[in-house]
Amino acid sequence: MDTFLSGVELLARFDVAFALLIGSVGGVIIGAIPGVGPAVAIAILLPATFSMEPLVGLTMLLGIYGSSMFGGALPANLINTPGTAVNALTTYDGHPMTKSGQALKALGLAYGASFLGGIISIVVLILFSPVLAKIAPMFGSREIFLAALLGIVLVIIAHRGQTFAAGMLAAFGIFLGTIGLEPVKYTQRFTFGQEWLASGVNLIVVVLGLFAISQAFVLLNEPESAPKTQRIQGSMWSALKEVLRYKRIASVGAGFGVLMGMIPGVGEFTAQFLSYTYAQKTSKDPDLFGKGSPEGLVASESANNAVPAAAMIPLLALGIPGEALTAMMLSVFYVHNVIPGPALFQNKLDFVYALYMAMIALNVIVIVFMLFSSNLLIRIIRIPTRFLGVMILTLSFVGVYSLRNSASDCAIAAGFGIIGLILKRQNLPIVPIILGIVLGGIMEVKLRSAMARVKTPLDFVDRPISALIAAAIVLLIVMHFWGIIRERRSREPEMSHDHDVHDSQMR
Amino acid sequence: MNRIKNLQDLFKRYRRPGDMVFALTFFLFSLFLLVNIPDQVVWVKRTKLFAQPAFWPTIAIVLMVTFSLFHLIGSLVSERIPGRLQEVLYWLRSIEFALWFMAYVAVVPLLGYLLSTILFCGLLSFRMGYRSFRWMAASTLFAVAVVILFKAFLQVKLPAGLIYEGLPDGIRSFMMTYL
Repeated sequence: MDTFLSGVELLARFDVAFALLIGSVGGVIIGAIPGVGPAVAIAILLPATFSMEPLVGLTMLLGIYGSSMFGGALPANLINTPGTAVNALTTYDGHPMTKSGQALKALGLAYGASFLGGIISIVVLILFSPVLAKIAPMFGSREIFLAALLGIVLVIIAHRGQTFAAGMLAAFGIFLGTIGLEPVKYTQRFTFGQEWLASGVNLIVVVLGLFAISQAFVLLNEPESAPKTQRIQGSMWSALKEVLRYKRIASVGAGFGVLMGMIPGVGEFTAQFLSYTYAQKTSKDPDLFGKGSPEGLVASESANNAVPAAAMIPLLALGIPGEALTAMMLSVFYVHNVIPGPALFQNKLDFVYALYMAMIALNVIVIVFMLFSSNLLIRIIRIPTRFLGVMILTLSFVGVYSLRNSASDCAIAAGFGIIGLILKRQNLPIVPIILGIVLGGIMEVKLRSAMARVKTPLDFVDRPISALIAAAIVLLIVMHFWGIIRERRSREPEMSHDHDVHDSQMR
Repeated sequence: MNRIKNLQDLFKRYRRPGDMVFALTFFLFSLFLLVNIPDQVVWVKRTKLFAQPAFWPTIAIVLMVTFSLFHLIGSLVSERIPGRLQEVLYWLRSIEFALWFMAYVAVVPLLGYLLSTILFCGLLSFRMGYRSFRWMAASTLFAVAVVILFKAFLQVKLPAGLIYEGLPDGIRSFMMTYL
């Protein structure tokens, strides 16, 4: 209880509160604009947060991460375009509801479910933290190495139909992380004698290029469009309260969000799928799913909003990010020389609690903001796409250039912008590159220190947790191949599936 | 649930036009890196394999070559999707915007952050077809807001413009610090 209170004390500061307010309101707006998502916003703001204290900077970024999904539900419901990737499933039921004249109800349910999902997940995790603090010290170098390897394996096999592409991109990420002067033997790796490559390829430069600049290029290249929307009328408060009729589904959705959010690489989508399937199977009206079912909407939104809190677990407890957004947040820790890992949970549990309390506060701020602002947001999301492209490019400059005032960084970022554009057009994932850079670096360091005490290969897995993770890796790979064989046997016509579900996944 | 049939659907991705070009380019790039391994990394004497500086780049590149080869084979044996040339032209069109971006980068140390941003936003908006007075005003307003937010408020590190040198003393230090 003492650590909990000291966590609350950490938060009770003007600058933290201000960062939280800016992050959460900003996150909603960014999430609501189709074409910009939390990844773009976090990438741009990262360098600016380096000058802040870790808690202030992280609160702002967490604010954007957690609140963007609230905002993203607005265009998903109203114009059938998910504001962020994880709102894709929301369009299936939210938009049909809007079309049948229930826009207010759809929005209210989406916000309410997001709120419930968020709060339930955070409370579960706060209660669970003391247990984690006991487990985390059992992770030594080899366990963390294996966990990072598990992350790489998961991110590769999660991309069905593009496994090879995901594999080559993850390997490309690992390669990018090795470029430059390595810090142990002081040799140059793949610098081709170029001075500007000696300091390596900066993660933030790559992230800004792949997420922000590429998105600007896509928007500038595409024909102009500005979504048309209608005003929402009626009381949002009473629409919000309606979510209480679906408490059971929201709680199960949040549960799946927590469980899946902790596993690197699979997060929101698996959680949403499991929660959606559960809701449909237990529904009295399963045929309505996909045609405007309130239960489907609640299942989808409660699951996705439970993920951010859970995704912080592997990041804080092991220093292993599971997806792009937490990978970006990891760099905030690195800049301040706070290395997240088992020691953080042991020695600075109050810091962890403070982050969770900040997330609760964030959910409250956002839901209050949402009560009044839907019509305002509807006006904001009508920014024409090409002008939005100009805006993102302008903001990307300050993100890249302010890192170290280097024109070569900007050139590298622009190059990755073009690569990112090609990947988006090719429907190929960007996340494996980012995870490759981050997890590759972790694997290199941890393997080196782990091997010092390992004599035979079996020594590597002679501890319970390392044996467990190693078994999970083998099992996942076997199951992947088994899944492919099963899929081959039960051939379904290809066009009966939704081919574009990933279109919004990279914003 | 009519469009998403199973868990795989949420993860599965489908090919798009131009996939062969990308697969081939990536494979050739991986081969280029593979050929360069002997020159670009060092095997240090009296050091264990896992601590070798060359260990991870070699693993990464071997994996890149292997996966990109399979990806390329996948593209080669799949049915061709029409629209390859248009797609590649689309990619090339983005070079124009990369050049705009680099021009902006080059101008900031000369004209200073404020003036370059106003110019960049204004000219690029004009290029993109926002030519009315209203849009020009909107882009200028946006540029000024960005400069004030990042330079004056968040105090991010950006160089002062060369032309600020010519300003009178009082204004110069103000401009260098805040705009």
